[in-house]
Amino acid sequence: MDFGLSEDQQLLDQTVRGFLAEQVPIERVRELREQGCPNDRGLWRALAELGLTGILVPEAQGGSALGLLDAALVSQALGHAATPAPFLSSAVMATVALRASGGAQAEPWLAGIASGEQVVGVAATERFSVREEAGLTLDGGRISGKSLMALDAFGADAVLLAVDADTLAVVRTDAPGVSIERLATVDATRCTAEVALSNAEAAAVFEGAGAAITRMLDAGRIALAADTLGACESMVEQAVAYAKQRKQFDRLIGSFQAVKHMCSEMIAEVEPARSLLWYAAHSFDALPDEAPLMACHALAHIAEIGREIASVSTQVHGGIGWTDEQNLHFWFKRIANSRHLLGGPEHLRARAAEIQGFAPAA
Amino acid sequence: MDLEFDERYDGFRQEVRGFLENHQAPKRDDAGELRGADRRAWLSLLIEHGYWARTIPKEYGGYGAEPDLLETVILDEEFTRANAPRGTNLQGTSMLVPTLLAHGTEEQKQRWVGPTLRGEVTWCQGYSEPGSGSDLASLQTRAVEDGDDFLISGQKIWTSTADKAQMCFILVRTEPDAKKHEGISYVLMPMDTPGIEVQPLETMSGSIGENSFNQVFLTDVRVPRANVVGQRGEGWKIANTTLKHERASLNDNAVGTFERLVRLMNRETQQGVPAMASPVFRDRLMKLQARALTMKHHSMRMLTCSLKGESPGVAGLVVKLQNCQLSFDMADLAFDVMGELGSLYDHAKYERERGWWQAFSFLALGLIIGGGTAQIQKNIIAERGLGLPREPKPAKA
Repeated sequence: MDFGLSEDQQLLDQTVRGFLAEQVPIERVRELREQGCPNDRGLWRALAELGLTGILVPEAQGGSALGLLDAALVSQALGHAATPAPFLSSAVMATVALRASGGAQAEPWLAGIASGEQVVGVAATERFSVREEAGLTLDGGRISGKSLMALDAFGADAVLLAVDADTLAVVRTDAPGVSIERLATVDATRCTAEVALSNAEAAAVFEGAGAAITRMLDAGRIALAADTLGACESMVEQAVAYAKQRKQFDRLIGSFQAVKHMCSEMIAEVEPARSLLWYAAHSFDALPDEAPLMACHALAHIAEIGREIASVSTQVHGGIGWTDEQNLHFWFKRIANSRHLLGGPEHLRARAAEIQGFAPAA
Repeated sequence: MDLEFDERYDGFRQEVRGFLENHQAPKRDDAGELRGADRRAWLSLLIEHGYWARTIPKEYGGYGAEPDLLETVILDEEFTRANAPRGTNLQGTSMLVPTLLAHGTEEQKQRWVGPTLRGEVTWCQGYSEPGSGSDLASLQTRAVEDGDDFLISGQKIWTSTADKAQMCFILVRTEPDAKKHEGISYVLMPMDTPGIEVQPLETMSGSIGENSFNQVFLTDVRVPRANVVGQRGEGWKIANTTLKHERASLNDNAVGTFERLVRLMNRETQQGVPAMASPVFRDRLMKLQARALTMKHHSMRMLTCSLKGESPGVAGLVVKLQNCQLSFDMADLAFDVMGELGSLYDHAKYERERGWWQAFSFLALGLIIGGGTAQIQKNIIAERGLGLPREPKPAKA
């Protein structure tokens, strides 16, 4: 019985957090938001040198073949530092999908992700939310249609498409008929795009990939939950630090019960959620039957506590928390945007009920 | 991450399970308690096998095993699974006994530990007073020296089982001139002493649920000075070490309550449609399931900390706050599912589950307040867990 992180995992966590604190301080994030895409290739290669981009890639393709709990710790650290990076898309979702699909077609992409030479965006939104007549069709190896809010597709080398419930495909972003337009959101730390395809040639097609798509979404949801939890941790840390140095009415504001209780309520959500996340990530590899339910619950629950913490932490800061200068909004907006990227809480809870047979399948 | 118990515990689990299959536990009364000779015989049998008082030294009436947290967890799980009674009079066994073992004289240990473990003597706890709730250390019940005795006068409240217990461990002020935390002593008081009047304290639970709270009025109650545990004036410290003896255990109570909610939502219908068919109710149910799973896995993390002898830090301080509120919120969904029939009560026609959810909710509300209110918990989390500054003392008027 040992419910917790191994020594290796604790070391991984410290290493990544230390690296990000040094290499991507929030001042750097401010610089990156001025660019067309905040995802920085130099940082991606540096993450590859640390072995992080290939954390889930098989060793044969140059990865370290660790588990989703390890990947979730990286994701959590990225959320904690509000770092823009295509980790969720390339290192988690595309990697899980390509591994599950298998075969020679998948290997070059996996190797490219592990080496840091490739960024593979993911277009899978329509698997849980069809908006603005989005959707893709595959005909004779060529794909047409559009997908919205594709993760990290802008500036990527390729995009992994969930064409329909049973089909995955990869298109190169420089192939004829591929158009990728950045969809700017309030969140300056994540890059989302519309992928529009007009008879574009697929570089790879995976038929019968229903299970791979499910695994991809489960892994993505758990990693995104980790990202939001990391952002929550940072917001609580910043609120507590501020409450210990800000004086009003000749007192540190942290000595007022009203402020104390705001901080207590935030940490009372964060700490147990960490336990939920660990279990969900562990289940993905060790107890795969439980993973779809745990993925829904982990992301829905952490999205809910995240919304509250983002608001309360800002309020602890008072007026300065509302300014651009204080930087808190980078985390606030990352939490807000992440809430719906892989299905919002209402959708995830409906799915959780359906998985357990509480509701008829939608 | 390893969720299995070590193999060497399998044998122990099998042994406990075998015992429970071969031994019929005596019947419990309406309050779920064992009584009289049945209780003594059953607890003695359990101690003999090491399933009760497992780590209490033999010379004081226990089984004398080395402490092993996972064995405790397995015993809890197997006795719960078999619905077999085990602990009784928790004030005596989980609060008084550890205190006596740590601070009592040899004579006090010999006299009280064994009989308490065997259920021959039961205890109530005399801590709270009408004027001293969250600020317990301000307690005013006083003990005045009179020869070899103390004369105790004052009033205690929230004294559960005071109407049945033979003994009370009570906090009294013995040094009226000392600072408030330093003038308190921890005293063992027989409940049949003249000058003790016990009055039942009706709670909002009424005729259902836990209903054994009392007020205790004390007028010149004569107790030998030899009944002080530890040093005079150190009662506050002694009482606080006892609070740390709370046992670690795996807690999936919320998951059990969740399953009960699922059965309720499948059974309750409006216009012939079960509540489970309502997307609104399902959404609320799923929100609660996520919280229940969160606290279940959090308890596994807390158990791991205990096994490794590590302090869980702030992660441990938040458990009571979250679990109590979760219980209360689960009852709220049950009420809304039962609708206008959910308030039926006291064997009324159409009453739901004999008022179980009402009783559960009242108890949950009591637990949010009792043993340190939610607001006191939040102060502790902020000050001890997050290092926020204490509230400045108001200037004396």
